[in-house]
Amino acid sequence: MIDYSRVLNKTVTEIKPSGIRRFFDIAATMDNVISLGVGEPDFQTPWQIRKAGINSLEKGKTKYTSNKGDAKLLEEISTYMKRKFGLTYNPLNEILVTVGGSEAIDAAIRALVAVGDEVIIPQPSYVCYEPITRLAGGVPVIINTKAENDFKVTPEELKAAITDKTKVLVLPYPCNPTGAIMEREDLEKLADVLKDTDIMVLSDEIYAELTFGGKPHVSPASVDGMFERTVTINGFSKAFSMTGWRMGYACGPAPIMEQMIKIHQFAIMCAPTTSQYAAIEALKNCDGEVEYMVNEYNMRRRIMVAGFNRIGLTCREPKGAFYAFPSIESTGMTSEEFCEKLLHSKKVAVVPGTAFGDSGEGFIRASYCYSVEHINEAIRRIDEFLKELR
Amino acid sequence: MKYEILKLLARNAKYTNEELAVMLNIDEKEVAEDIKQLEKDGLLRGYKAVVDWEKLDEAYVSAIVELNVVPKAGLGFEEVAEKIMKYNEVESVYLMSGVYDLNVVVKGKTLRDIAWFVAKELATIDSVTSTTTHFVMRRYKELDVDLVTFDKDDRGQLFV
Repeated sequence: MIDYSRVLNKTVTEIKPSGIRRFFDIAATMDNVISLGVGEPDFQTPWQIRKAGINSLEKGKTKYTSNKGDAKLLEEISTYMKRKFGLTYNPLNEILVTVGGSEAIDAAIRALVAVGDEVIIPQPSYVCYEPITRLAGGVPVIINTKAENDFKVTPEELKAAITDKTKVLVLPYPCNPTGAIMEREDLEKLADVLKDTDIMVLSDEIYAELTFGGKPHVSPASVDGMFERTVTINGFSKAFSMTGWRMGYACGPAPIMEQMIKIHQFAIMCAPTTSQYAAIEALKNCDGEVEYMVNEYNMRRRIMVAGFNRIGLTCREPKGAFYAFPSIESTGMTSEEFCEKLLHSKKVAVVPGTAFGDSGEGFIRASYCYSVEHINEAIRRIDEFLKELR
Repeated sequence: MKYEILKLLARNAKYTNEELAVMLNIDEKEVAEDIKQLEKDGLLRGYKAVVDWEKLDEAYVSAIVELNVVPKAGLGFEEVAEKIMKYNEVESVYLMSGVYDLNVVVKGKTLRDIAWFVAKELATIDSVTSTTTHFVMRRYKELDVDLVTFDKDDRGQLFV
């Protein structure tokens, strides 16, 4: 009998599975649960995008594309990056189409990080950066961003985290779960710290289209001195409501992309062809659809934030992504405790802030990818829950 | 902002002024005033529920009746349209382009109710030259509302 604990790679076995999974499995067995848990849009992929996928199938476009992606899609990504964020990437050697943003993050970290290299990760943030860093043999260095700084990374925090082993700084903005964004002046301050170093920035901009309050997303690579040190990661899941299509991309300096393409070539071959054809349509003709969805999210965002504040859970205004991140400190409970009790007593599922790092303690993440009616009902139940605590 | 209010109320007439105010980021008082004005100006004509009558045990039938009408000098179709819309049995009246003139949606409890109504009331109007009645067999969607499926939220397979 094989002792699998001896066969398996320790780096992998030591990675903790997401504790949230267990929590959602409980929710799944209960009736009448109202969830604010999901991290994906409720809108269908716009019909014209689906149609483009179908058309490509009808035409028999069912073969591999080139490793880095279909040439037409690479061109469209280049055009899109230019018109949205003022970034100039050469479609021939500075863009790679990946299987979702996740693969782009993995390829970027693997291309940059060797054993012992440090990766600075601001938290609370999406859960993948730490395990991917560990799988590459790297060492995660966590910056615990603070509510009073609107969960932005400050130059002081960055300076304190940098050592001579620092290889990569992850910038996960607009941020899941905090809804924080980094504005141009915030990024300029970080750029000052980074200039004259060899530290690379991995900028995960999957929520770039989803910013609110008239402040469009600023891509770190567009800040003076940052282009040469930034790998920009984006994708179609959130902006175009295309989570299941698994379409993302990375853009960056050619020498880095060349290595990332190599990793992608051997691990993935190429991103799914049907999805690539659909993605072309998304970039070319869907500004109106995106605007509609952003407008909807914005209304839901206001309803949710006003709701939490009304019932006594302090909630800062999230400026990007589609999550509210209210504080539950007033209840005296830990985040896990709060979520577990709320689920059992009122059948509302939200995610404890600690799922996104220790600094998420005292917060919960509530997604507003739901109808206004759904959000109102959830807030009503949470209000009942809070009243029964007093 | 009035247009935004109309769009939201057209989607869900039950939104409260407070909710509308939060969603549109304006003052609740402004919402109340705008709505009052919209009602006064006749842009907001009513607030009605979308009912799936077929789920009720009580009988419910509706039909689309196509009417050919001889227009009156100086009045066109207005006179006859106004006459038809006054019946309680009539749910909507539209003037159409194409091969017939008025499209009248009629509702009743039984096929016979509607047949009688068409024969005795609509067909006998002087300027009406012919009627064609199409009974509705099944309703799939009404006023933007899906009457067939209950959308099941199949998200939440993954934690992101």
